[in-house]
Amino acid sequence: MKVLYFAWLRSKTGVAEETLVPPPGVTTVAGLIDHLRARGGGYEDALKDLSCVRVAVNQEFAELDQKVRAGDEIALFPPVTGG
Amino acid sequence: MIKIQREDFDIGAELTALTEGRHGIGGLASFVGLVRDVIGTGAGTRTVGAMTLEHYPGMTEKMLAKIEAEARQRWALEACLIIHRFGRLEPGDRIVLVATASAHRQAALEACAFLIDWLKTKAPFWKLEETAAGAQWVAARASDDQAAARWVAE
Repeated sequence: MKVLYFAWLRSKTGVAEETLVPPPGVTTVAGLIDHLRARGGGYEDALKDLSCVRVAVNQEFAELDQKVRAGDEIALFPPVTGG
Repeated sequence: MIKIQREDFDIGAELTALTEGRHGIGGLASFVGLVRDVIGTGAGTRTVGAMTLEHYPGMTEKMLAKIEAEARQRWALEACLIIHRFGRLEPGDRIVLVATASAHRQAALEACAFLIDWLKTKAPFWKLEETAAGAQWVAARASDDQAAARWVAE
């Protein structure tokens, strides 16, 4: 599974992209976020308030209850500010 | 047509190319977004020296293509163009061009407004401002969500 971080989520985690194998219990976006948050430090800080975090699974906007599986590309980022 | 690029664009050349040879077009609408040097109001006012636009390559193209398809479904467009830049931009620089062409003005004007409203809330771009207080990520605005929402209610 590939996880991407953009904007201040990248600044806080210190990582733009990582490949990881989550524990077997992780089946949803929410589960993945809990797993990442449990690492503490910048991850915990970046993911402490999910009201300002948006998620995409395989480049489509997704909700926290969406299923994730091996091979997926998950992106975590703030609400968009283009245009 | 969607273009995501670091380089600037020539508005005249782009609009000319978009309508060239398409004689069913009676109206061409366009919106150009520029980098401002002062942002915010009251105590929150700050001067911006530059900003860097980051995006999510892959998803950006996909979302903009979807937004364009949605506009084409709602309005009878003869032509449609979205150019969005990324990278470091300074005040006065062009950020985005949205152009829509139709047989008549109403479809072109409405589709243009729809595209820029939807783009602001759905395309994965983020702005990092450089101010005297340091670099800071621009927060999303509720007014942008409201502007996008009016197209859902209709």
